[in-house]
Amino acid sequence: MNFWQFMISNRQQVVELTLEHITLAGVSTLIAAAIGIPLGILITRSPNLSKPILGSANVIQTIPSLALFGFLIPAPWIGDRASRLAILALALYCLLPLIRNTYAGIRSVDPTIVEAGRAMGLTDRQLLFQVELPLASGVIVAGIRLAVVLSIGLATIAAAIGAGGLGEFIFRGLAMVNNQVILAGAVPAALLALAADSLLGLLERRLNSLHLKS
Amino acid sequence: MTPPHTPAPAIQFDDVSFRLNGRPLLENLTLSVYNGETLVLLGRSGSGKTTTLKLINALRLPTQGEVRVSGRPTTEWDPIRLRRGIGYVIQDGGLFPHFTVERNIALVPRIEGWSRDRIHARVRELLSLVGLDASLASRYPGELSGGQRQRVGVARALAADPPILILDEAFGALDPITRSGMQKEFRALQQKMQKAVVFVTHDLREAMLLADRIALMEEGRLIVDLTVEEFSKSQHPLVRAYIEAFSGSTQAGSTDAESPPAAATETGTTHTRPPQ
Repeated sequence: MNFWQFMISNRQQVVELTLEHITLAGVSTLIAAAIGIPLGILITRSPNLSKPILGSANVIQTIPSLALFGFLIPAPWIGDRASRLAILALALYCLLPLIRNTYAGIRSVDPTIVEAGRAMGLTDRQLLFQVELPLASGVIVAGIRLAVVLSIGLATIAAAIGAGGLGEFIFRGLAMVNNQVILAGAVPAALLALAADSLLGLLERRLNSLHLKS
Repeated sequence: MTPPHTPAPAIQFDDVSFRLNGRPLLENLTLSVYNGETLVLLGRSGSGKTTTLKLINALRLPTQGEVRVSGRPTTEWDPIRLRRGIGYVIQDGGLFPHFTVERNIALVPRIEGWSRDRIHARVRELLSLVGLDASLASRYPGELSGGQRQRVGVARALAADPPILILDEAFGALDPITRSGMQKEFRALQQKMQKAVVFVTHDLREAMLLADRIALMEEGRLIVDLTVEEFSKSQHPLVRAYIEAFSGSTQAGSTDAESPPAAATETGTTHTRPPQ
């Protein structure tokens, strides 16, 4: 049985696992963005916090992914649902690019423009939402793009703790020593990553060109 | 109603010093600016001109003395309210690159909650006031020339009709022809508006053209505060040095006695340039 035959005869499961995979990667990136972007903003306001926060996110990312999934299994407050656990682990991994890019994006905004805004009587809040975040949006989206791709790739490992996703095929194929089954997981996962990357890349370019018109 | 001749100055510096990390940037400045007059702060870079401006809109607060705007110390003002009553123009306009011309100009009226119709009408009015075509309203700053951006910067500062206008090297990034045109227009505009204007520059000719009074600054100190006429006749050595430096540069080339090596190399290179 070749790869295509396998895909067609198991199409229902392929679709199911792909959707699971998208949920794992999507929800974890959203959680990471909800935490990482505010943290990135916070460390532009309190530079003292930038070292510990960026440092911690860095350390999390150096933990081998399989080990991180393993560490989280005994955490009682997660409940016994493996997918929640996997989402938490993935979100932790995605924090670094989001914090770092939000920080770098806001720091890269021309300080004379920010000061002009301040001098015109904008409040800190207005400066952040009307000037700094829009001007940093291209760099922030680049961070989201990195996080999504990272998360789609790492979500294949979630199957190791029974959280589902396309990793199921990969682990099953490994156990069966069957390349077709491995590919049935790996190819859709790679396509997902490529699709997400190019879509967000498009958005990133649009945001960057928005204020560089000349 | 205010009496026709209010004795209270719009801006008043009362023995103001400002230090940053122990380094004095401004020392014992006492200075007043009245409604309807243009004060030019003249001086070299690092003389304390920009610091003086930032003390007016509370981007800096004095470490000693008091800056009073409309009779009230800047330390007692709500800085947001204070700044919305002070138009601010910087070099190259300081426009928001992601806002259209219209949104840039409408910045203060919008955050002050004006109605859309009123904002729209005000933007058209300001565009014509600063000599820009209404069709530019939907453009982005990156699509404008330097002169046009500067005009938008002036229009933005005037949007909510603030009683005070401060300008920091506002025309410094413009080519000489555009610059001289803008200076003349600004002078005419100022005579119509009757605001208290503080204009920072290092260019003596610009100062002479725009000022009612010139305050010469050097190393954080006020050297003289004179009307334009008094200034040109002043015998103060620093004033003379400034005037001579500028009259020297108008004569062909800079044959300044203080820099013979530079002049020599300059002529040297012209002579050794191979003929085409």
